Amino acid sequence: MTEIFGIPIQAFMGQLMLGLVNGSFYAMLSLGLAVIFGMLNIINFAHGALYMAGAMLAWMGLNYFGIGYWWSLLLAPLAVGVFGIVIERSMLQWLYKLDHLYGLLLTFGLALILEGLFRDLYGVSGLPYSIPEEFAGAYNLGFMFLPKYRAWVILASLLVCFATWFVIEKTRLGAYLRAATENPRLTQAFGINVPLMVMLTYGFGVALAGFAGVLAAPAMQVSPLMGSNLIIVVFAVVVIGGMGSILGSIVTGLGLGVIEGLTKVFYPEASSTVVFIIMAIVLLVRPAGLFGREK
Amino acid sequence: MSRQAIGYGLLLALMLVAPTVVYPVLVMKVLCFALFACAFNLLIGYTGLLSFGHAVFLGTAGYVAGHSIKVWGFPPELGLIFAALAAAALGWLIGSLAIRRSGIYFAMITLALSQMMYFFFLQAPFTGGEDGLQDVPRGKLLGVIDLTDDYNLYYFVLAIFVFAFWLIHRTIHSPFGQVLKAIRENEARAISLGYDVAKYKLLAFVLSAGLAGLAGATKTLVFRFATLTDAHWHTSGEVVLMTLLGGMGTVFGPVVGAATIVTLQNELADKVGSLVTVIMGAIFVVCVLAFRRGIVGELSALYKKMTGSR
Repeated sequence: MTEIFGIPIQAFMGQLMLGLVNGSFYAMLSLGLAVIFGMLNIINFAHGALYMAGAMLAWMGLNYFGIGYWWSLLLAPLAVGVFGIVIERSMLQWLYKLDHLYGLLLTFGLALILEGLFRDLYGVSGLPYSIPEEFAGAYNLGFMFLPKYRAWVILASLLVCFATWFVIEKTRLGAYLRAATENPRLTQAFGINVPLMVMLTYGFGVALAGFAGVLAAPAMQVSPLMGSNLIIVVFAVVVIGGMGSILGSIVTGLGLGVIEGLTKVFYPEASSTVVFIIMAIVLLVRPAGLFGREK
Repeated sequence: MSRQAIGYGLLLALMLVAPTVVYPVLVMKVLCFALFACAFNLLIGYTGLLSFGHAVFLGTAGYVAGHSIKVWGFPPELGLIFAALAAAALGWLIGSLAIRRSGIYFAMITLALSQMMYFFFLQAPFTGGEDGLQDVPRGKLLGVIDLTDDYNLYYFVLAIFVFAFWLIHRTIHSPFGQVLKAIRENEARAISLGYDVAKYKLLAFVLSAGLAGLAGATKTLVFRFATLTDAHWHTSGEVVLMTLLGGMGTVFGPVVGAATIVTLQNELADKVGSLVTVIMGAIFVVCVLAFRRGIVGELSALYKKMTGSR
């Protein structure tokens, strides 16, 4: 039992885990996109840039102010969230009555600004961010070595995704949120401050991206370009899953990460395109997406 | 002669003498991007479809033209036609997938599919990967006119642009164009009137892709190379910006926008380096927040206001 389909089990399991790690990021980012889209009717193109900002903030915090990993995990998402709230109040709120496209274009512009600024400051080569001491090394599972940090990324993202699902589906606040998504005017008439909820939703959604960025910092190279390539894959994930359901986003994100990882084992040439190919197939078979409802 | 015809005549005269004043290669670059933006505008401005992956047609046609001229020895005019047809065929493939969803999803799907093609070009052997396809000969037009001369090439490029511009103009003002506008204004009503909306959208998409391809192929001929940059999503964003800045749904908007952005990039490239991206992003934000009709749109609104109030 050392080989699966002619592939050494070590390599196979390694790619599977790497796929799960990538899938965790897809899940967190597509979840944030779905929550924001539900409330604001805006596709947040800046999501990838804010994910990058989270990672960069963690790196800057460590190198300029000696802020460690755990504090970064708290502070960077907070900073990204506050930045998001400022953006929502100063810009996005004027676009809600217009065509959805303008929200996409504005956030695209924001993404260019963020990416350009960081690229001007730090160049395009990756910056190293070492794995925190607690997670150095690996677990020996007998059939494979599981790097501790990868296990933590998967665990943390599952926890965050589950917490988000729980808040939205099972709490009173979540009920208000769902009501405001369904019919903002009626919800407002019941005395719920909808604009405030919209603002906080955007802040929370982008904070999630910032959190994912900090998680990614030790796992990947921190670079100003890390967000823009990821966000396009996440768009494909969102098209495949549909933005109707929260659990759907999580499952689709993780699943596609795993599929991508396995493609790397069996047919490496297609590993960067497999998500897009799946998207094309889903569009042919089920245009609304796997968990989507056609509006 | 109508006032409009005089305007067109003046512009054409200006374009004919332009290379004596400005460096011809720069004007040709503007013309290529203007054609690209006009093709894009046919979708966003007249059909209401935001394609966020239009660079893929520019890039694909660039590679097809480069490869067919350099490796297969096609004459330039045949290479251009072949490349435009290839882009149109790709447009048919991508379009028939993307029109299955509308609105915001359409934008995401076109972006994702163009990224897929980008990765394909990155790995495919004939594109030269990161280096691009270099040293594409310009050749002789119809075997007679030497295109290595910048001035000869300029008038050839201008002829291509005028032809494509005329084609787009005809399309917009044809019954077909009217149906496209009806779809943009109210898709449900267009369906209820018995129009096969999906077919019209797809046709518009294919036409737009083919013309964008013509722009990309011409660009390859001008610069003698085809690169990955042309197929990158940054370029897709650029054409959106050009059209937005110039004025979506106006005839001249994309041309004005393309000229502005290309000139701006040309001027700024040495001075601010990678901050160009920041400036492009800032223009995006300003346009969306305060300037949604674009330069041409705002000017014509102002003109109407002034003549109306008189």
